[in-house]
Amino acid sequence: MTPEQIIFIIVAVVTLTAALSVVTSRNLIHSALWLILALFGVAIFYVLLDAGFFAVIQVIIYIGAIAILFIFAAMLTRRVMQDSDPQTNSTWWLGALIAGLLFAGLALVLTNWPGLSTPASQLAGDSEKIRQLGLALVSPDHYVLPFELASILLVAGMIGAIYVAGEKKR
Amino acid sequence: MIPLAWYLIFAAVLFCIGLYGVLVRKNAIAILMGIELMLNSVNINLIAFWRYRSSQGIAGQAFAIIVFAIAAAEVAVGLALIISIYRRRNSIIAEDMNMMKW
Repeated sequence: MTPEQIIFIIVAVVTLTAALSVVTSRNLIHSALWLILALFGVAIFYVLLDAGFFAVIQVIIYIGAIAILFIFAAMLTRRVMQDSDPQTNSTWWLGALIAGLLFAGLALVLTNWPGLSTPASQLAGDSEKIRQLGLALVSPDHYVLPFELASILLVAGMIGAIYVAGEKKR
Repeated sequence: MIPLAWYLIFAAVLFCIGLYGVLVRKNAIAILMGIELMLNSVNINLIAFWRYRSSQGIAGQAFAIIVFAIAAAEVAVGLALIISIYRRRNSIIAEDMNMMKW
């Protein structure tokens, strides 16, 4: 085993443990903190995949913005669900069954797929990659339309969020 | 070098954990957290496929950027809705949100 593979296994175990704690923890604040750990693990995977830019925006957007938003929301809605109340539906076994079946199906598809053993090709330099991505996002031949649509969606989402959550003056 | 299969299996497990969270949790905020886990696993898949299958192109990274933007918008609107419902109904349990049911 190469050092990279050992790092992968350690990070994968930590991330999956954190993810399991997110969905099983009784206290919502604890869930949010476990979510931060899981998101950090995903950021490390981006580094292992030579996508350092994505590791950075993962930390900034997911951990810096989204996880903090979750913690705020959890604190604003405190005392509603006592930690002693049941946190799951009465049919939790059905959810577990569906998730297990989905994983079995995915594993079946993956093991039968011949493209799995392709090795990764060499990459161009790091700065070249980010430059390429930036150009592709604004060039009419590539992804300018999805990019603009995403920005409009973000603006609409932010305005909608402010309107919905804001205190209504009567 | 890490085999591509490891990333895909990891992403599949993460997706299934997130799906379990979405399906079984009662708390609406916890359901949103499950959705975040699922979106992250999809992003890992996109980046892994970009790295192993088509690292000359840029499509995988561009899609991952869009997923980031959608996730940010989704969580902002979702939490705003939850807080608004909490103000009106004093509850964030998903089963209680049945104002539009008839």
